[in-house]
Amino acid sequence: MSLVLSEDQQLLQDSAKSFCLENAPVSQLRKLRDSKDATGFDRPLWQHMVQLGWAGMTVPEAYGGFEFGYGGLGVLLEETGHNLVSSPLVATVLLGATAINLLGNEAQKQALLPKIVSGDLLLALALDEHAIHAPTKISTSAVRSGSNYLLNGSKTFVVDGHVADQLIVVARTAAAGDSPAGISLLLVDAKAAGVHITRTRMVDSRNAANVEFKDVAVPADALLGTVDCAFPAFDKVLDIARIGLAAEMLGSMQAAFERTLDYLKQREQFGVLIGSFQGLQHRAAAMYSELELCKSLVRAALRALDDPEATNKHIAQLASAVKAKVADVFTLVSNEAIQMHGGIGMTDEFDIGFYIKRARVAQQFLGDAVFHRDRYATLQGF
Amino acid sequence: MQHLQEFQNTTRAWLEQNCPASMRTPMVPDEIVWGGRNATFKNPDSRLWLDRMAAQGWTCPTWPREYGGGGLSREQAIILGQELARINARPALTSFGISMLGPVLLEYATPAQKMEHIPKIVRGEIRWCQGYSEPGSGSDLASLATRAELSGDNYVINGSKVWTSYADQADWIFCLVRTDFDVPKHAGISFILFDMASAGVSTKPIALISGSSPFCETFFDDVKVPKQNLVGRLNEGWSIAKRLLQHERTMISSFGLASGQSDRGGTTSVVSSLEGAAMHYRGDTVKLSDPVLRDQIAQFKIDSESFAYTSQRSVEESQQGQGPNATSSMLKNYGCELNKRRYELMLQSLGSQALGWEGAGFSAEELQITREWLRSKANSIEGGTAEVQLNVIAKRVLGLPDMLAVSKK
Repeated sequence: MSLVLSEDQQLLQDSAKSFCLENAPVSQLRKLRDSKDATGFDRPLWQHMVQLGWAGMTVPEAYGGFEFGYGGLGVLLEETGHNLVSSPLVATVLLGATAINLLGNEAQKQALLPKIVSGDLLLALALDEHAIHAPTKISTSAVRSGSNYLLNGSKTFVVDGHVADQLIVVARTAAAGDSPAGISLLLVDAKAAGVHITRTRMVDSRNAANVEFKDVAVPADALLGTVDCAFPAFDKVLDIARIGLAAEMLGSMQAAFERTLDYLKQREQFGVLIGSFQGLQHRAAAMYSELELCKSLVRAALRALDDPEATNKHIAQLASAVKAKVADVFTLVSNEAIQMHGGIGMTDEFDIGFYIKRARVAQQFLGDAVFHRDRYATLQGF
Repeated sequence: MQHLQEFQNTTRAWLEQNCPASMRTPMVPDEIVWGGRNATFKNPDSRLWLDRMAAQGWTCPTWPREYGGGGLSREQAIILGQELARINARPALTSFGISMLGPVLLEYATPAQKMEHIPKIVRGEIRWCQGYSEPGSGSDLASLATRAELSGDNYVINGSKVWTSYADQADWIFCLVRTDFDVPKHAGISFILFDMASAGVSTKPIALISGSSPFCETFFDDVKVPKQNLVGRLNEGWSIAKRLLQHERTMISSFGLASGQSDRGGTTSVVSSLEGAAMHYRGDTVKLSDPVLRDQIAQFKIDSESFAYTSQRSVEESQQGQGPNATSSMLKNYGCELNKRRYELMLQSLGSQALGWEGAGFSAEELQITREWLRSKANSIEGGTAEVQLNVIAKRVLGLPDMLAVSKK
């Protein structure tokens, strides 16, 4: 498999690009923000995406999906990232559908996956409990009580938490502290008694929530994956999501860079275009180089997800490598974008500010650069 | 596909039979085969390996068969590369003829010139050096002043070159000369080939901070060169010169590529990987105890990995287009910076053991690292400085306006 897009993927990219350009410019995110939209994404737009088959991109055909692979979903994420499109693509498709597909039993897959494909089900992952991503540091408890689990605890940074129909909750059924053993996943109805959801308004104007569980009774058949031992499979779900998120971040930083480059070719000072100054040219050239590296690494990681022979460890290494790399480069590019735009880059009227805001939220989500370099070193044995 | 599968099978079988066992061990610096009239083979297997590979044309796999090359398609060449890598085969021949001159001769030279020079490059019979930089013309290469004046059937060449790699061991030189002094600087340059044994050519090695002397000053004093040795058209040598630089940059960018699991050219000792070295010199067994160095090494390895994928992607993309392009500047620059970072981290990893110059108290490998660290500083100077590469990216890839063009008027 190649690091260059296949013909099919190229076609998908072209159509996704023109779709986003036409239907989901950055001004739409601005509108959602300014109107304090209760949903936080545009439902008709999401329905349109669903009709295009985007929600079923990675879902097996047996469950109504299109089996176009993570290479395909990666292309879509890159394009939505380009325009900072707020949609359930990350929480419901990248994270939700992947979790159901990898951990779910046959009945769960049959019940849930077709609904994701048809746009009738929104999901959210309730994982983190602290300000710093730590996927095994779980104290939310699920205690067996008859045919139910009794769920208690609180979650933060739950992306799409306030709109989801069901929450995928990471809970501790055994052991304690931050051991990966004893972790289980539960599918919890967002409207169940004892579930309290508070929307949080994040700097990137996308959707997140804090969720509290107080003695929530969850039927035992809502267990997703094996009891006590769900973590290894769940870690793979996280790695897939990290790679998909990196693809989205790649699209966003490419857009921030393109906008900056355009500005360097328009803005005049001292009687010349500022893009002729070597002090800016070399920094632009350095950013371009870093972007090219990110693009290659994202492609390599997506390729591994569609390669049946790739081991989980290899995927884990690539996931941590790519998430760390794009986090650093997105930070660099978004900082330079503001600086090179000068005063106008600080104004809310100009769209470039949306990119630096998204950069920081995206890099925190599912682990920042330091988290992933530490994990990469551990996986490499040093 | 059937055809490629068959090629892979026969290639694998051929290599199995023809690659000597000692050629399947990591390369050591003094066994690199550069070829040439005075070639010496410290390991006799090196000669055998070269002769066998050259007879197949596989020292230059994609070059046309009529000039002695392998005549392979790009797909076949990739398979050959994979099969060579599979058995850890050493390069049979390393030369500037292969990596720089050959490709531009194939593009610009006359059939007679190709017939004369290409087969000798393939077989490693002639070792080439590069006459580009001059004492007054470094980054501003096009300001070069070595002159070639026509006198009868010969050009008479006067001037000097500097940073000529291995000029003292080379048989022939490809050289940039000024053939017109009355036109803008880029428009009066020609590209010419001549024998380093010609009367009036002399070389003087330059001692470097690393203690070695891979570069020379080269002097031309009324050197007579037959006029048919000019490549391309008179005064149009600059486009050939630039094309060759792209090939050179692609070659240099490979310095940034770690080979397999090794950070140092395929060696297998304790210093073969940065993390291994860092742990060894700290007495760590499970986890590198210095968290800052650990983070920096992880970052370096991630960047190396990304760079390797980028080189791979660039090859795949150029299969759809033709040859290297302006992205060779990006690869050259990034690869060189990576290599410099690698050696800075190597120094941090080895502590004072990486700071020996010679004699007792240090292993041969530790002393070699000291020298390699110093040598690596030239990476971002040779083949066009980092600053020149960034200029090329800004102008040719990003389309930013050229301030130098304004100042030239």
